[in-house]
Amino acid sequence: MSVAAQSPARRALSTFFRHRLAVFGLVVVAVFVLAAILAPWISPADPLQTSWTAIRRPPSAQYWFGTDENGRDVLSRVLWGARASLMAGIIAVGGAVLIGVPIGLVAGLAGGWIDAIISRIADAMLAVPFLILAIALAAFLGPALENAMLAIAISASPVFVRLARGMAQDAASSDWAEAARAMGNPPWRIALRHVLPNIAPPLLVQATLSIAEAIIAEASLSFLGLGQQPPSPSWGSMLNSAQRFIESAPWLAIFPGLAIFLLVLALNLVGDGLRDALDPRSQKR
Amino acid sequence: MAGWLLRRIGQIIPTLLILSFGIFALQQLMPGDPALILAGEDRGDPVVLAQIRAELMLDRPMWEQYLHWLSRVLVGDFGFSWRIREPVGALILDKLPVTAQLATMSFIIGVVIGVPAGVMSAVWKDKPADWGINAIALFGISMPNFWLGIMMILLFSVQLGWLPPSGYVPLWEDPVQSLATTIMPAFVLGTGVASVLMRHTRAAMLGALTQDYVRTARAKGVAERTVIARHALRNALVPVVTLGTIEFGRLLAGAVLTEQIFSIPGFGKLVVDAVFNRDYPVVQGVVLATALIFVALSLLADILYMLINPRLRNA
Repeated sequence: MSVAAQSPARRALSTFFRHRLAVFGLVVVAVFVLAAILAPWISPADPLQTSWTAIRRPPSAQYWFGTDENGRDVLSRVLWGARASLMAGIIAVGGAVLIGVPIGLVAGLAGGWIDAIISRIADAMLAVPFLILAIALAAFLGPALENAMLAIAISASPVFVRLARGMAQDAASSDWAEAARAMGNPPWRIALRHVLPNIAPPLLVQATLSIAEAIIAEASLSFLGLGQQPPSPSWGSMLNSAQRFIESAPWLAIFPGLAIFLLVLALNLVGDGLRDALDPRSQKR
Repeated sequence: MAGWLLRRIGQIIPTLLILSFGIFALQQLMPGDPALILAGEDRGDPVVLAQIRAELMLDRPMWEQYLHWLSRVLVGDFGFSWRIREPVGALILDKLPVTAQLATMSFIIGVVIGVPAGVMSAVWKDKPADWGINAIALFGISMPNFWLGIMMILLFSVQLGWLPPSGYVPLWEDPVQSLATTIMPAFVLGTGVASVLMRHTRAAMLGALTQDYVRTARAKGVAERTVIARHALRNALVPVVTLGTIEFGRLLAGAVLTEQIFSIPGFGKLVVDAVFNRDYPVVQGVVLATALIFVALSLLADILYMLINPRLRNA
């Protein structure tokens, strides 16, 4: 029952197990990325093509995932939906990194009142739960996928401000930053050449986990009608319309949700794996 | 303790001021002229428009509008709903008990599942039970809760017919029916809390189990059950209690979609309906109220942390 008593074989096995899970996650993410890129060529049908003769057909050899209330092929819509989700996840988090990291670096390296102001703003944003902030921003910006992405990017940015600020403070007080300063390097050079490369690994971990969160947020906003607008396919908006046919056509709700779940699960596996691999401090005890 | 509390509250005030300004400034992002939305059919009448602008102070500079808005908020006046024509504060107070019931039930489910699962996972570290619990927690974190909600309606309402798919009955009107309508949404929200609490409990327990006092207790011959329950868990729970408080606040956000799916007339449904009706004062009011609750819960978490951690209590 003791925690310390852990044979090397067992430890190797558990590392291997986690490692394998991360690789599995990476493969699943790659499949989704490929599906998104290749959607125009691999989709069996046009995702917008309605057909009054094939309304709400259950899954079959012809329609693997069935058809929706307008006779559109669900598989094709799920494949095209991967585009909206992945694009939203990557662009929103990319935006959050571009907003958050420079601001966090400035706060961490400048200190003083600049740091105080930036930190209080980040605190204020973090006081509003992520999804509520995103919904409020998207509501005021107006319903569109681009606005949803912008809203998610802004809502996700304070996490990166905090991360970059903390890491910059640690790095700035380290011996090598001290040495770089003593050699007469200007602060911006220290930030770019010495601090940024050192904070890249935890940023990568956080970005991966944030993409997972952003994909759920995009699906949530689209589900509420604040993201991708119909008839363009998006997993969230597909789930919204599926709700009305839950009794007669449950496959409409199963497949888009399963896609979100699998992609987010895979991203979380990759994120956890990256954390274990890149950050020795967070190694699972 | 009193001095610490005052300092902590002093830190909150600038955060709240920035927050209030941010929420106020949201309306500047709004496409179109609010006066046109409010005027409705009279939008062509410049007299009506001017009157509305004067009433809402839209013809004044932004800082003046903000100070006016803030002075009203400080006395509990969150403005008037554009659609329902009721005070926003009253609307929020009306819906809050519904969401509070849902959040409390979810939280209980989350704690009852999450904490024991975290303890088991730590005690059986790297055994199949640990892997299994971790896998379930990972599923719980990755599952979009609105999809889980739809799937549960599909299973328990459509297929099995055990539970009503939607609707809400207040607790004081019919407790049994009230629980029947809220148990599914509470479970949906509770799984997320359980997953997060499980991970934190596991990490805290693993830390506690390697401490000297645990080794001492074992060396004295204390039964393993007692070591885990009395010595390790009690200490491991300190960070879990504070995290649990924060999680409770996050339930408010999770409730937005869950209430939508189960048609529960709470806080979340209020904000979603307001978004669609372009009822901006309600959106602002809900965001502000959520933030206030969240900040209050963080403060409560800090106070609890002080109270249950004897080393800090007398510091």
